[in-house]
Amino acid sequence: MKKQGTPPRWALRLLEWYCRPDLLEDLQGDLHEYFERNIEEKGVRRARLNYIVDVFKFFKPYTVKKLDILDQLTQFVMFKNYFKTSVRSIVRNKLFSAINIVGLAISMSICLLVISIVSESFSYDKFHADYDRIHRVITQYQFLEDDPNDFASTSILAGQRTMEEVPGLEASTMLVSNYSEDILINDKYYPIEGRFATEDFFEVFSFNVLRGNASTALEEPNSIVITDKTAERLYAGKDALGKTMVTKSGKNYLITAIVETPPHASHFTFQSLISYSTYKAERNENPDSKYWISWNNIWSNHVYIKLLENTKPAEVNARLLSISEEENKASDRISNTVSLQPLTNIIMRSDLSNSNGKVIGIEVIWILTGLTLVIILSAGFNYTNLSIARSLRRSKEVGVRKVIGATRGHIFTQFILEATIISMISLCISFFLLQVLKPQFVQLLPEFAEAYQLNTEVSLVLYFILFAVIIGVMAGTFPALFLSKLNAINALKNSGSGRLFSRVNVRKALIVIQFTLSIAFIVAASIGYKQYKYALGFDLGFNTENILNVRVQGNDVGQLEAAFSKIPEVTDISKSTLVASTGSTYSATFKFEDPMDSTSLFYNAVDEKYIPLMKHDIIAGTNFTGLSKDPKEESVVILNETAIKHFNMGTPTEALEKNVEIDGKKLKIIGVVRDFHYAKIQDDIEPFGFRNTNNQYYIMNLKIDTKDVLNTMQKIEQAWDSVDEVHPLNAQFYDERIERAYADFSILFKVVGFLAFVSISIATMGLLGMSVYTAETRLKEISIRKVLGATEGSLIKLLAKSFMWLLCIAALIAVPITYFVFDSLILIDMANRINIGVIELFSGVVIIFTIGFFTIGSQTWKAAKSNPAQTLRSQ
Amino acid sequence: MKGTNLGEFEEVVLLTIAALLNDAYSVAICDEIARVTERKVKLSVVHAVLNRLEKKGYVKSHLGEPTKARGGRRKRFFTISHAGKVALTKVKEQRDQLWSLVPDFNLKFI
Repeated sequence: MKKQGTPPRWALRLLEWYCRPDLLEDLQGDLHEYFERNIEEKGVRRARLNYIVDVFKFFKPYTVKKLDILDQLTQFVMFKNYFKTSVRSIVRNKLFSAINIVGLAISMSICLLVISIVSESFSYDKFHADYDRIHRVITQYQFLEDDPNDFASTSILAGQRTMEEVPGLEASTMLVSNYSEDILINDKYYPIEGRFATEDFFEVFSFNVLRGNASTALEEPNSIVITDKTAERLYAGKDALGKTMVTKSGKNYLITAIVETPPHASHFTFQSLISYSTYKAERNENPDSKYWISWNNIWSNHVYIKLLENTKPAEVNARLLSISEEENKASDRISNTVSLQPLTNIIMRSDLSNSNGKVIGIEVIWILTGLTLVIILSAGFNYTNLSIARSLRRSKEVGVRKVIGATRGHIFTQFILEATIISMISLCISFFLLQVLKPQFVQLLPEFAEAYQLNTEVSLVLYFILFAVIIGVMAGTFPALFLSKLNAINALKNSGSGRLFSRVNVRKALIVIQFTLSIAFIVAASIGYKQYKYALGFDLGFNTENILNVRVQGNDVGQLEAAFSKIPEVTDISKSTLVASTGSTYSATFKFEDPMDSTSLFYNAVDEKYIPLMKHDIIAGTNFTGLSKDPKEESVVILNETAIKHFNMGTPTEALEKNVEIDGKKLKIIGVVRDFHYAKIQDDIEPFGFRNTNNQYYIMNLKIDTKDVLNTMQKIEQAWDSVDEVHPLNAQFYDERIERAYADFSILFKVVGFLAFVSISIATMGLLGMSVYTAETRLKEISIRKVLGATEGSLIKLLAKSFMWLLCIAALIAVPITYFVFDSLILIDMANRINIGVIELFSGVVIIFTIGFFTIGSQTWKAAKSNPAQTLRSQ
Repeated sequence: MKGTNLGEFEEVVLLTIAALLNDAYSVAICDEIARVTERKVKLSVVHAVLNRLEKKGYVKSHLGEPTKARGGRRKRFFTISHAGKVALTKVKEQRDQLWSLVPDFNLKFI
């Protein structure tokens, strides 16, 4: 006798679902009996089939469960009643409601901000038709066995081979960035920026072409497409299409189309697009130079492709990999591997260098979301805590309702509704708070201002409401479960006794969590602040005071110098490639005696005045003498100590007069400069050199000696305008630039500090509510104790002790964890970092204890001071 | 209510329950009817009829002891109630009365 095989599970479930419980067991048994019989007679498969058929056959009016329509109807009818009682209860307990509403409103406004940010971040680039089929070709660059770096850009060669050889593409386009020209219109120059783009640009992207033919606009050399804003700026009120633009360098561009300015949600933007054939023609004028098209020139070209509907990105990636392998064979030392990156992913990846537009980074979104969750959780805890504490009073109401015939579901609905009403009121308040927060957030970083508009859209408002409902339901669930579980008789009989109150431990745990988070936030904020101050006050190894850095912006350095030197307050002028220690770097290949052994040398090309102006310390040899050299005649270099050590050249004095090879040029070491921080201070000091060529001056460093900064700045601006009337002056004091460069820490400090403030406020409000409640319920006890001779001090001690214990536990959890996180995870990668001291760690504890003590103390003080005769008489 | 009239199949089921005494549960009833009348009997039909009879108050049911068979589910045993007995008797009396009116020869030609 075969006994294998069971009826299909899902059929069993289905039966259980629809069948009336009183008929179910018997029916299941019958079907099972038939099933076993069928197994013997017809085999397992037929038996299972029959079973399923039978389950459906039994779906008859008399077997089907009665729907709980009546029950649902009651809920609906009762809704008005619930609403009314909820509002009454909210109004009656003004303090508790206020604490809940304010706490929720504050934290919700932060959540709303984050929801706006996240939803805007995910809306990027989705306005393009078939955006999910558009990809960017990105490059992984590896120098020998160094760690590979990822670049958003790629080489022109890679772009061409992708377009020509990869099958399954609907369209593809290549952009070459950083084009800028001055356009001559009516004897006035207007600066214009743009990108070179190949002819299929508008096939890949759906930017809105207003005038002209999109498909042919970028074909011919010297064609230019400009945006409507640019057209308005250059030819206000006139039709720009078909006009010829004359550039400062004497080229003529024909305007072939007008395109709508890229929308805010586009990761890259442009003022104009010039046909790629123009670029190609310019490059081909010098047939000897082939570097622009070489495999390793990956720095400023961006390739976008649109796949055909049935092409899989993996197939294209495989093809790109084989192209990369083929090309890498020919190049020694450097290997570039190209691959695809989906369009919608571009805004999320902050780890790619050479991005051609905005980048937000998924990390930012994760961090913001995480911190916000913490805050909203804290506010939710308040609601839960206070509701459970108050449940003593509400239990009578629940008892009466149950006696009259309410089911558990009814009570549950009522309390969930009450919580939702609270969260809806909070939503209204938080919506106004959001309007205050938005500009604050956007101003935190210029990058944020560029990336976010944070408009309130209809869909967003719907998200907000949905969010408020979710918060209401979540905050209300625990109290609702607790209250709806109450037994009617117990609730009515025992109200006031401690038995209802078995959830004390949950409440305590919630308070501990709240304060742990608050302390952690304060500690984090103070550590961030200390690191920020440390970075600003750090001795970089050179002088940055009273130095104004002016961007040259392509002007003649000599003319500018002549103009600036006329200003009496400008005491000295030097020229350099970049502003050191603010994050930007230039590098060259660096070799010593062994031609195979090379490293990167970071450098700054400077004139002979730079080193004394910045007060760099030359520990051996001399500064550059005489005027800076034409790059072809470059012959000397000044290195730092690390560079000398890297190639074991001995002491600084021994290293002098030795020859090194930089970018293929033989240069003699004429000086050694003391190590200073060329990169940011969290990075290690790397080999560095001052070079002496005059073709790489992008910055003029003006030493200013003045009491009236505004007046001096005006003079400098006038001097600038006399040389360059097209571009506005771009100048910043060195110290300001350093502050900007270390904005990360200041943001960490500001954001976390703000969150700390919010979370403390919420936790304190919760604590206030709890202590008010405790003092109220123990008023009788206090009065009796007082009558029996207890002092006010001892009473306060009695009441405050349990809360202070909770704070102690919170401190014990928060301090070590925060210390560990910062010491071992966040600060560990920084070459120059602060040591976390006692002040940072315990400032939070002290603040929380003070606030906590005053909150609890004030309430218990009130209770302890009350006249026992009064209380006892009225009870 | 449908009234106290018994349908043909209801009558058969009720009789079978009476005949099976203490062993009348759905599957057994099905088998018994199939054996006696030699027609195919669907469990779903019998089940529905049993349910209807119980509603009319002709049968009573109780759950038996759980056994290993039937996947551990208990059987629902049916017993005929007093009303059921009355209804059956009434039907039989009506039939008997009609039979008595039939002359003998008519039947012989069938």
